[in-house]
Amino acid sequence: MCRTGIEPPERVWWKKVGRHEKVWVWIAFAWCMVLFAMMPVWHLRGGQNPSGIRHRVEPADFQARVAEFVQEYQVGTDNGLPVVEPPPGSDVYLQASQYAWIPVVRLRQGAEYTLHLSSVDVNHGFSLYPLNINFQVVPGYDYGLRIVPNEPGEFHVMCNEFCGIGHHLMVGKIIVVPGDAAAEAEDAPADASSNVGGDR
Amino acid sequence: MSAFRTCPTTGLQVHRTADQLIKANAVVATVALLVGGIAALLVLLTRWEAVLLLEADMFYRMLTIHGMNMLIFFIIFFEMAVLYFASAVLLNCRIPAPKTGWVAFVLMVVGTLMVEWTMWTGRADVLFTSYVPLRAHPLFYLGVILFAVGALTVVGHFFAIITVARKEKAYEGSLPLVTYGALTAAAIAAVTLLHGAIIYIPTFLWSLDLMHVDAQMYRLIWWGLGHSSQQINVAAMVSIWYLLGALTVGSVVLNEKVSRTAFVLYVLFISMASAHHLLVDPGMGPSWKVWNTSYFMYMAVLASMIHGFTVPAGTELGMRLRGATQGLFGWLKRAPWGDPGFSSLAFSIVVFGFVGGITGVTFGTEQINIIAHNTLRIPGHFHATVVSGTAMAFMGITYYVIPLIFRREIAFYRLAKIQPYLFAIGMLIFSMAMTFAGTFGVPRRHWDIGFNQALFQPEFSPAVNLIIGVMAVGGLIAIVGGAIYIVVTVVSVFFGKKMAADDSGLGATGRGLPPGITNPPRPLKPEDKEALGPSGRLGPVPGTMVLVLIFLAAFIMYYFVNWMLLSFLWEVG
Repeated sequence: MCRTGIEPPERVWWKKVGRHEKVWVWIAFAWCMVLFAMMPVWHLRGGQNPSGIRHRVEPADFQARVAEFVQEYQVGTDNGLPVVEPPPGSDVYLQASQYAWIPVVRLRQGAEYTLHLSSVDVNHGFSLYPLNINFQVVPGYDYGLRIVPNEPGEFHVMCNEFCGIGHHLMVGKIIVVPGDAAAEAEDAPADASSNVGGDR
Repeated sequence: MSAFRTCPTTGLQVHRTADQLIKANAVVATVALLVGGIAALLVLLTRWEAVLLLEADMFYRMLTIHGMNMLIFFIIFFEMAVLYFASAVLLNCRIPAPKTGWVAFVLMVVGTLMVEWTMWTGRADVLFTSYVPLRAHPLFYLGVILFAVGALTVVGHFFAIITVARKEKAYEGSLPLVTYGALTAAAIAAVTLLHGAIIYIPTFLWSLDLMHVDAQMYRLIWWGLGHSSQQINVAAMVSIWYLLGALTVGSVVLNEKVSRTAFVLYVLFISMASAHHLLVDPGMGPSWKVWNTSYFMYMAVLASMIHGFTVPAGTELGMRLRGATQGLFGWLKRAPWGDPGFSSLAFSIVVFGFVGGITGVTFGTEQINIIAHNTLRIPGHFHATVVSGTAMAFMGITYYVIPLIFRREIAFYRLAKIQPYLFAIGMLIFSMAMTFAGTFGVPRRHWDIGFNQALFQPEFSPAVNLIIGVMAVGGLIAIVGGAIYIVVTVVSVFFGKKMAADDSGLGATGRGLPPGITNPPRPLKPEDKEALGPSGRLGPVPGTMVLVLIFLAAFIMYYFVNWMLLSFLWEVG
């Protein structure tokens, strides 16, 4: 017990651990188990998980799917970008490209959507402001995240992965309109949305 | 001239080639630190919205230069010096293949210069991570490959030095703990650098249009280099904690078994670290993410929590055995706070653990990563680990390497004494403010969060401006601390007062030598243990026991507050 870390240890150094040192190791171990257990527990009980529906997609195919989506549900334009209003429960496509998020999406509060994120060129970062919800957007991969907007308002989508010289110009928009009580009851039966975010 | 010199302070035989290799690597590391530091200042003054110094293209270029110079060139060159020191010097042995050492060094320098050239000429504005398919000049990737091959050669050389030392009976029995820790760092380095080769060789070919590289696969393997290399830093830093403790106050090793097992845990589970960066990526599923992000159920975190106890505990016990027995914290009061080696050690442990460690484990939780990924919280975390932790420890050991290896006195010694305080306090303010700004969703790697020319203008809360201002002030203080370090080391190494071959510095006053050299901790005798007497309820190291329990409380609180913040969000999955 009297040697420093720069001296060679005694010949036999595999010795009994002091009681207090042992207690700390066990406390630390127990805490590590709590840290580990929290993740599966949140998959079962929590509402926010990054699981999603994930598959590969050719950038050109995703771009075509976005164009189709815009054509089907466009209701106007904002700053030159199409504004779309898909029905509750539908698939929503958001395309990341240098340096824009296409299209602007209008959603209804309390309804469930599947938000598909992908990029047609380089890596981008989906960051929903001011909520601070962040996901990586990788070219060649479709990330389908089920979302339930729980408050009305205007939200911005910032790019938070460096994507080139115009990175800081890349801002999109998601608008959430208040869902009236009747529409909410019809569109989102209690059992359909209760396990959103669960591990699937 | 003999191939060896005898160190007058420690009595160790030092091979002159080891001396020269340590010097060469340390000098290049300092140059990289200077380059990265200048870039740091420019990046900081741009992110501070009130100044917004650089244009967008120069900002991203400087950010690339800052990342590469600090995280790759400075750290790894310094670690090469640490490897030679922990093997040839501490084991009292020769360098078996001096030429290999120099070839590796030249490879690393050539690789560095290639990367620097592409970055400074605007041919590699791809940031540190260089995510495919963002494209840089082929020489950027080739430079990294040459650098990695050189570093890998040094790692192999290090293993050879230890093997030869053992064969020639330079040491008996087991390796000293510090060398053992460096050995684990080298093992991790081998794994890490192989990841680097696996990803950069295809990427180099891709940059020549010879093959395709999948964007997600790149992220997976690149982070096998990017995050694992931070684990080299951790293992090297912890070894230096034990080394600085031994040199400054004569820290003892409580239990070799515990400390060594903790080092082994790093080696076993570190290669899973890549997952931390892919928690909100589309390429992997939840079970892969949960399993890997936890490094096999957090066994590497356990390792750090063990060292976080054993290093201060060894210091406390070492000092108690030498008579600092008053109360819980009498040993801290009696500690040599004027010794830049000791103050660096203390700050390195505290900031690494309390800020870097706690935030890192919390953000690296699969779900919590949703509210942390690519925000300022991430650089806030790693500036507390790799800068306030690793770089601070490296700075501390420099104040001993200058007299022991370079055989010079430390120039401007008074400045050197306050340097760790400036650097640590500055970095503490900086990294905490940065982490806090990130909780508002402020993105990292972003030129203008005012969004002045963007299509839409998200407006951050006015609090963010204030926090960014605080961050800038902290950063500037740290940069002053870093600049003092560079001035002190460069002036000492090239113009410092030379120490005669037989000058041990023992008992000297008024010279530029740290107290660990002029007045080293006295060797312990078996009687010291008896003099200490029986320990109280909190055990032989009561002060450390209290400190680690405070740490645990802070950890638990921060962790669950983050789950709470997460639960307020939209349901997503």
